[in-house]
Amino acid sequence: MAETILTVEDLKKYFPIESGIFKRTVGHVKAVDGVSFEIKKGEAFGLVGESGCGKSTTGRMIMRLIEPTSGRIVFCGKDLTAMDKKALRKTRKDIQMIFQDPFASLDPRYTVERIIEEPMIVHRLGSKAERKKRVRELLEVVGLSSYHAKRYPHQFSGGQRQRIGIARALAVNPKLIIADEPVSALDVSIQAQVINLLQDLQKQFDLTFLFIAHDLSVVHHFSDRVGVMYLGRMVEVAESSELYRNPKHPYTNALLSSVPIPDPDYQYDSEELAGDVPNPIDPPKGCAFHTRCPVAMDICRKTRPELKEVAPGHLTACHLYNN
Amino acid sequence: MSTFFYIILNIANSIDNNLNFLYNTPISEFKEINARAKKGGAILSEPILKVQNLKTVFFTDDGQVPAVDGIDFYINEGEILGIVGESGCGKSVTSLSVMGLVSEPGKIVDGKIHFNGEDITHAPERKMRTLRGNEIAMIFQEPMTSLNPVFTIGDQLTEAIRIHRKISKKQAKDRATELLQLAGLPRPKALLDNYPHQLSGGMRQRVMIAMAMACDPKVLIADEPTTALDVTIQKQILNLMKKLNRETGTAIVLITHDLGVVAQMCERVIVMYAGKIVEEGAVRDIFNHPSHPYTKGLLASVPDLRRQTSRLYSIPGNVPKPGSITEGCLFYPRCQEAMAICAQKRPGLVDLKNGHRVRCFLHGEVEEA
Repeated sequence: MAETILTVEDLKKYFPIESGIFKRTVGHVKAVDGVSFEIKKGEAFGLVGESGCGKSTTGRMIMRLIEPTSGRIVFCGKDLTAMDKKALRKTRKDIQMIFQDPFASLDPRYTVERIIEEPMIVHRLGSKAERKKRVRELLEVVGLSSYHAKRYPHQFSGGQRQRIGIARALAVNPKLIIADEPVSALDVSIQAQVINLLQDLQKQFDLTFLFIAHDLSVVHHFSDRVGVMYLGRMVEVAESSELYRNPKHPYTNALLSSVPIPDPDYQYDSEELAGDVPNPIDPPKGCAFHTRCPVAMDICRKTRPELKEVAPGHLTACHLYNN
Repeated sequence: MSTFFYIILNIANSIDNNLNFLYNTPISEFKEINARAKKGGAILSEPILKVQNLKTVFFTDDGQVPAVDGIDFYINEGEILGIVGESGCGKSVTSLSVMGLVSEPGKIVDGKIHFNGEDITHAPERKMRTLRGNEIAMIFQEPMTSLNPVFTIGDQLTEAIRIHRKISKKQAKDRATELLQLAGLPRPKALLDNYPHQLSGGMRQRVMIAMAMACDPKVLIADEPTTALDVTIQKQILNLMKKLNRETGTAIVLITHDLGVVAQMCERVIVMYAGKIVEEGAVRDIFNHPSHPYTKGLLASVPDLRRQTSRLYSIPGNVPKPGSITEGCLFYPRCQEAMAICAQKRPGLVDLKNGHRVRCFLHGEVEEA
């Protein structure tokens, strides 16, 4: 078995809601409420869920761009949550991020060369000439040309910009890449190009991915293992093919049967999930999903189910699998 | 600073424009709708909406940009037609052209739009106002920007109703409640006093659908109605639209980039690329026998949940800027099956069978007229 590169334990983030002149805290938004998972070296771990389920907050907490309320994040044997600023900066060299919006994540006043060079400057890697050389190599690696180095972001299309963002993430030779919705802003044909590129790079540089997305088809295609989140909690974790063939949690099931399949003869499960995602300020007691669950039982309204193994490598948090 | 105000003004204007046609619409009773739906069984020989050789050009500082470049299509009563394509292919401009909502610097320079047998291409604004919302309604991608944030849902619905009908506030309110119920919204009465920000995205889209249906339209144009929504909510909204289509006989033009949504919802589909129709036909024909290399590529680049593939097909290159390719087939630079002729001549639409048409020299050397 491959070694574990990242372990997340009972991670929580409660955003305070402040009110009045004195900014008194009147409540908390439980964006992430006790999430645990681990990622093995060289694998692609997908995190899916609908908007507001806390998947992006989880990704950002691993980078410590958002400070966790509680919980532990262990990366390569070191606890990130206990690190001081200096140590954190050093470790961040090994974790890089690719963002959703290729228009907002590149500084419009910098040339592409400066953008890709920046992480190397921050981490004091190489001489000026070496850095410039590396930028040109990286541009070729992500399918652009070295003559693009002197251009500005606005001169590129969405797909090309996303490639620049990928080159920037690769610049410091990271071990883990957190890709937060890296293809959701792109057109279908460009989306396929970028997914293929990420897969090639994963093989070529032996990268580990945390792939955050709302599109289940894309996550299924890209990831080895998938975690499904609902209202700040992890409801199911399994190998990608197992999860899609044999979903255990009713929410995963509903999510999968909601995805439109590009086949006019496909027979849909006519049942739809009623209602909306509840308010995370005041999540339902017990299992957070019980308000929409078609098979909810009494216990679901009272006790919060724990995430536990129900088949080899297949974890779910649901009272249906209690014995 | 002045730029800032200019932008705000523009946004306000465009919201206003979008809403105006919804307000200017008489309401008819549901009995009528149901009656028409029953008649809808026998489809009229004449399509309810017919577009011929439509050309919409944007006159920009960098020259003329043909966003929609000579497209033909029709939709029958009670039908659901899909228009699919990537960003910039002209699918939204097509719908705005039909509604007469293309704003400066865009202009319809050629072609005819027939609605219910009547030419509305250059109909005066007053005439368009009686059509928009009344006969042709539209729902947009972002339900937040289409609702006025400072008025309650009830205000907005009843205002729309009262502009067109001399009925009391009470009656209008009842009607609004009925519409919200029709759109599958829980506790419709209480909802009338809510503001748009108090509703979730899915609920707002349901309110927009209620508003559009308030006018008993013959054609509903839905421009990416579910793109901003989560999948479970998307399923709810698509089911609702399908149900309304069945029950009221309203024809739906569904504009989307999602091939899965098209397969699930539509009977016929049009595939657009760079302002032109590249393929058109029954959904089964298009999905089971895609004939244009672009359609083939598009279908192959979508990951399928039911299969584990090691690698996706991807169409090389980027979507061209409108008007940047002046010679040959517009898809030629990205096409895997390109031939010598494709670089020189513009292909025309070739009829295959059963209304399946494709714009490609692989299926016959037909040049564009």
